[in-house]
Parts: sequence; structure tokens; C-alpha cells
Amino acid sequence: MYQYIVKRLLLMIPTLLGAALLVFVLMRLIPGDVCVLRMVGGAGYVDPKAIEQCRIDLGLNRTYVIQFLDFIWGFIRFDLGNSMWTGRPIVEEISLRFELSLQIALMATLTAILLAIPLGTISAVKQNTWIDYAVRGFSIAGIAMPSFWLGILIILGLLITTKGLFGSPWMPPIKYVPLWVDPLYNLSMTIFPALATGYRYSAVATRMTRSALLEVLREDYVRTARAKGLIQKLIIRRHALKNALLPVVTIIGIEFAFLMGGLVVTEQVFNLNGLGKLFVASVTNHDYAMTQALVMLVVAIFVFTNFVVDIIYAWLDPRIRYR
Amino acid sequence: MKFSHLTRTIFTAAAGLALAAAFGGSPADAQKRGGTMTFVVPDEPPSWDGHRETTFALIHPFAPFYSLLIKVNPDNPSSPTDFVCDLCTEFPKPTDGGKNWTFKLRQGVKFHDGTALTAHDVVASYKKIIFPPQGTTSARVAYFTMVESVTAKDNHTVEFKLKYPSGAFIPALATPYNFIYSKAKLDQDIRWYEKNVMGSGPFRFVGREAGAFVKGERNKDFYIKDRPYLDGFEAIFSSKQAVRVQAIRGDRAAIEFRGFPPKSAEDLVKALGKDITVQESPWNCVLLFTPNSKKKPFDDVRVRRALSLAVDRWGGSKSLSQIAIVKPVGGVAYPDHPLAPSKAELEKIAGYWPDINKSRAEARRLLAEAGVPNLKFTLNNRAIDQPYTIVGTWLIDQWRQVGITVEQKMDPTGPFYAKLRGSDFDVSMDFNCQSVINPLLDIGKFLSADKGNESYGGYTDRTLDKMFEDMNRTGDVAEQKKLMLAFEKRVLDEEARSFVTLWWNRIIPHRSYVKGWKVSPSHYLNQDLTHVWLDK
Repeated sequence: MYQYIVKRLLLMIPTLLGAALLVFVLMRLIPGDVCVLRMVGGAGYVDPKAIEQCRIDLGLNRTYVIQFLDFIWGFIRFDLGNSMWTGRPIVEEISLRFELSLQIALMATLTAILLAIPLGTISAVKQNTWIDYAVRGFSIAGIAMPSFWLGILIILGLLITTKGLFGSPWMPPIKYVPLWVDPLYNLSMTIFPALATGYRYSAVATRMTRSALLEVLREDYVRTARAKGLIQKLIIRRHALKNALLPVVTIIGIEFAFLMGGLVVTEQVFNLNGLGKLFVASVTNHDYAMTQALVMLVVAIFVFTNFVVDIIYAWLDPRIRYR
Repeated sequence: MKFSHLTRTIFTAAAGLALAAAFGGSPADAQKRGGTMTFVVPDEPPSWDGHRETTFALIHPFAPFYSLLIKVNPDNPSSPTDFVCDLCTEFPKPTDGGKNWTFKLRQGVKFHDGTALTAHDVVASYKKIIFPPQGTTSARVAYFTMVESVTAKDNHTVEFKLKYPSGAFIPALATPYNFIYSKAKLDQDIRWYEKNVMGSGPFRFVGREAGAFVKGERNKDFYIKDRPYLDGFEAIFSSKQAVRVQAIRGDRAAIEFRGFPPKSAEDLVKALGKDITVQESPWNCVLLFTPNSKKKPFDDVRVRRALSLAVDRWGGSKSLSQIAIVKPVGGVAYPDHPLAPSKAELEKIAGYWPDINKSRAEARRLLAEAGVPNLKFTLNNRAIDQPYTIVGTWLIDQWRQVGITVEQKMDPTGPFYAKLRGSDFDVSMDFNCQSVINPLLDIGKFLSADKGNESYGGYTDRTLDKMFEDMNRTGDVAEQKKLMLAFEKRVLDEEARSFVTLWWNRIIPHRSYVKGWKVSPSHYLNQDLTHVWLDK
């Protein structure tokens, strides 16, 4: 087990380096640069010397090789530098948003698990009954509806319903307050995006749980358990579900990592100051330093989540440990 | 119900209230004190230094922290020529034939850290703007080419010496980005204000969270007695327009100062009725389209002229204003400015003729004469709905009517500007958006490519350049007007260098409890919130 973990950890290094090179090259392929955007974006008069000075200040006048080595060296030292757009430390900018993104990701994951595993199990056990059809309809709707669109519907629904019920429209807050400062205010802001994203996320996991469980329920050892006279509840809980959860865990892991940086549109719909919004802003502003740091962060989250999923695999299926 | 009717209805109701309660003419006790106003801002500024930045995203959350030497009259922000003192005590009369301007400053003005604001602070601030030291950036150096020196005569007197008298000087001085900084802070670190706030304005800086908000509280030592009315404000950044609209609807924000398209305003009025007030104004921003004069067949003036002749601006104003933030028809100078041409004068310029059929017939004739009766080209456009893609799509239809086939290529801001600056386009959309209405400088956009100022047509026209110089060097308004008309005629018609589509139209729907704020022709102006109060 120890060797397995070390091997997995070492594999992270080339993955991170490859991602670093890729994002560095891709960012430089986009025409335009941060200085032009910053100075010309307002459409006022701009002195070309001011643009040149800005490039010098940001180190954009150096060769690409030097810029890349500088980026890698900073990354190795955990010094991500300053944002080219705001001039503030990247670590500070990211950590501000990380907390909110993590909270939404955790809440959405929890929503997804609470919905997907019971619904997927019921759907498999009650295969081809009206319950199964209802669950499948519910999950297909979840896959079909983009979470940002669902988010817009939720906000509009809240505005219209509250206006009808209480006379004045209400919508979730648009400014984040940490959970420990004001839990009620925090939850009134985060619950809706968590539900919107959690629902779509749960839809995928529900279908995965159903199909995996159906497969397991046809295995010989389940038939044996039934022949031994074990009741259905015990067969599902002790023998079938644990084995069926392997692909579900993979899906949950990938989705969680995606939520940490990929809630781009949902964050905008609910005005959440999360990593997704920062990502879009930094790409739009050609903030190379910030984009590189964010990509590396998301890659690191993916790699780490995969690592955790692998460990959970080993826990769920003892055979994996001995390979 | 049509929006225009709604607007009229609301205006009628709101105008009385606004006139009664906003400024002047109303008893001082009509205004209510207290409350925190929340407003939404579509973007976040790169730095906090007004001298360096060019975006409204800096003005909206940060202008309330600073004073200016002079500013547009908050009682009359629509006027392009009405300026009043902010830190100065009275508007000076120039001496030395208009080359010497001496401003007396208020006494007892304090920065938020308690230190006194003197003429030396004003001089240090303007020196940073006009003559930025090595290693710093000023976005407005070009505004002040007429300035020779700025000096402090004593602790409360500032003197500007000009190289030549210029009508562009006072509007440039009133630019809302010209925050007065503390000399001590600038001496400590010339870039201190990029990441810090410390002014003498009506509000003190409380805090900010990157990407989220900026917060200010009432400056109790503000030099205007009993102002500001608000206890504080909170500017919340929100990049998505739908969220900003819903935030006003759900009363998470009271106002957004940039402007919404007509449909959003209409939706808010429908949803909230009398709880929403709509203010509207022509906007000192304009969309242009510019042919690349370096490329064939756009090196031929006949082809360029045909592009403008095909466009029905008068008709477009009526239809596009229903769906986009554009409306006024005008030339290169802001339409309501004294230097702008009258309607009759405008109608003599190609592309503004009252008879569009005659205009299009002439366009077809010119294209045929130039040997490109079935001209095809690509329109370089910015991938922003309001109003770029809407106006771009409208233009394509206008050109189709004279046999021109156009493909629209839309890019995000970065690649769009890269193409524009690299002359990598056939015809491109472009825009000119300024704060203080100052046509003498604003038309710098149309000068020869080598004169800078973001002119992208790739042409050299020394006659235009000379007209610009002459206009800026004469204090005689009649002469300026004559030169401006000739300039318009040359840019838009005779040499057909670059073309104006429609000027923007600013529509601000806000919660009716927001009082004391008047819409101006620029989203950069009148944003210090000194006179704003909440009728709650």
C-alpha cells in the first residue's frame, strides 16, 4: 500500500509540469496582452510609452524561455507572484475565493450523494416499475438542464414567488459572508447554487449507481446470498452496494474537482466570488500569471482528487491493494 | 406597453420628485440623512490609481473617496460646458491671453488621515498626471499637451501655465480621474495609490474584497457642510448583466451607474412599477466603423464613402434604440455640444442625407465606378452584445442593400484590439468613449495613424492634423466651430476616413428611493455621491 501511494505521488510531478508548459504556451497564443487591455479598454487616450512601460513592469519584454523558467521556479518555491491585472499577490487573490468555491463544491457534492445513492439504489431495486421510471425521468432532466440555466430559473422563481406571497421580491444575497460570521445569511446565498449544481451532478451519479447496482445484483455471489435466505435489505447494503460504488466514487471525485474551478457560469449567475469567476476574469484580462496559477491549482486538485479516489478504491475493493 | 411610453410616464412622475428633492430649489431639510447605499458595478478596476486607469470600474467605487480641483456641475451634469469648483474656491479668469490659470483653494480641507490638503498636494497630483515620472503610468498625458508648468504659489494657490491658450484645458482639468492625492504619500512611494486609498472626498475607505466589493463610510470632516447624506456605500462587483438587473429587482442593489439596455429597464418597470425610476441621457460614447485605408479596395475614397452612404442613421436611430443602448445621430463631436453640427449641417454630410434612397443610389454608383459593385469583406467586431454585435448586424443589413456582402467576425476584447492595433482587418468596429465632453480632444481619435491617440484607419492626413492643432490653439469659439465643421466634413465625407454609427444612449433604471443623483452624459461623471440620499 505504501509503495502504491508513493508511486502515485511521484506521478503527479510530470503531470503538473506538462500542464504548466501547456497553459504557458496556450496563453501566449491568444492575441493581445494585459497592458493593451488595461490601457485601451476604457477607450480613452493612451500614450504608447505607457503601454511599453507597463510591459516592462510586468516582465513581458523578456523572452518566453525566461518567463517560463521564472514561472516554474516560482511554482517550485510556492511563490506564485503577483496578478498582472491587479498587482496583488496571487496567493491572496486565490485564497479569498478558495473558501467559497470549496463550500459550494462540498455542499453540491453532499447534495449529489444524498440524492444519487438512495435514488439510484431504489431505481435499480425497483427496475422497470413506475418508481424506476420516475427516478430515471428525474435524473435525465438533471443531465439535460445546464446548472446555470436552472440557477436563473431558481432566481426568477424566487423573485416572482416572494413578490406574490409577501409583496416584495426576494433573491439570494449577492455578497458573500463566511459561514462562521453569519450562518443563515451564508446559507441563504450558497444553498441555491449548491442545489442547482448538486442536482445536475446527482443526475449523473444516480444513473451510474443504478447501472452499477443492476450489474452487481446479477452476480453469482448475490444469487448465493439470496439462496442462503438473506433478506433483500442486507444483500443490498452488505454485498451489492459497496461493490457497485466503485464507478460512482470515480464520478463523484471527478465532479468535485471540476466544481472547484469549473463553476464559471453558475458563479456568475449567483454572483459568487469564486475561483471560476476569477478564472474567466484572468483569461479575459490576459492575466498570464493568474491564469497559470489557477490552472496549476485545478490540475493539482484533479491529481489530488484522483489520488484520494484511488485510495478509496483500495478501501472499497481489497483486491486493488494487493495488485 | 412600449418602453418609450413607460419611460415618459415614469419620467413625468419622477421628474417632479427629482426636481423637488434633488438639488437647489428644495428646502434643505427635505433630504434624509443616513443609510448605506448599495450599487452594482459590472467590472473591477486593475488598480486603484485614477491617474493610471481608464475604466469606469475605477470611478464608480473609488470616486467617492477623492476630491477634484474642478468638476462638472452636479446640479447640471448634462451640460457639456458647466464646470464648478470642488477644491477651489472660485472659478478663475485666465490671464496672459488665456495662458495663465490661477486657482485659489479652500482652507481647512483635510485628507482622511487628518493631514491638511494644500496646494502642494494638488501640484504633486497634477504633475503625476501631466508629467509622470519614470516608472509610473498616466493615462491622460495627452489631455494636457498645452500645459507648460504647474506650481504652488503658496499653500492655497495653484498656478497652471499653458504653452498656448486652449479650449480643451478646463474640460481636461475636470476629468473625474484627476484625484487629488497626498504629496506625502506620493513622495513616500509614487505608486502608493495603486494599492491604497487615502483622499479627501465625501467618503472614507473602509475596505475591499477582491472581486467582491468596496465599502466606504461617511467622511465626518468633509469640507462641504452637512454632506454627504449617506452613512456609507457598498459597491458590489457583478459581471453579469442579468444578475445586476435582478439585484435591483430583488433590492439587493439600488442602482447600477453604467446603464442598461431598454429591455432590461422595461422589465424592471413592469416588475416594480413606481418603485423604479428611469433616467435617460445621450451618452458621450460612440461606435465607429473604420475601413483599413492600407488595404485594397479601401484605399479608394469612393469605396470608403459608399460604406457610409449605405447606412441609414436616421432610420436606425428609431429602430435600434428600441433594442440597444444607441440613439442620437451625430457626427464626430458629441451631438449636444455647442461645437457639434446642427441637424441641417449634418444632413449635408454623406451618410446623413435625409433621403436614404438617393444616398444608396450614390453608394451603388461609387462602388461600380471603383470597380467593386459586389464588394465583399469581413467586419472585425468585438464579441459584446451591447451595442457592438447588435450595431454590427444592423450595419451588415444596411450594406447588403447596396450589394455589399459582409461577414462579421467577432472576437473577445483581447484579440479584437490586437487586430485593430495590428491593422489586421478590412473594416472594423471601434469606439470612442470619454468622460468630460471635450470634443476638441475627443476627435483626436480621427487623426493620422502616426499621431497616436488610437486612430486605427492606417491613414496619414496632415490637413486633418492641422485642423486639430488649430482648433486646440484658438480660444475663439466661432473659429473652433468653423474648424470642427470642416473637420467633420473631411473625416466623414470628403476623405471618408472613419465613420460614426450612432451615439450611445444611457438608460439608468434605479430604485425610486435613490434621490439626489442626476444622470449625466457619461458614466464617468458625477459619481462622488456627495448629494445622494435615500428616501427610505
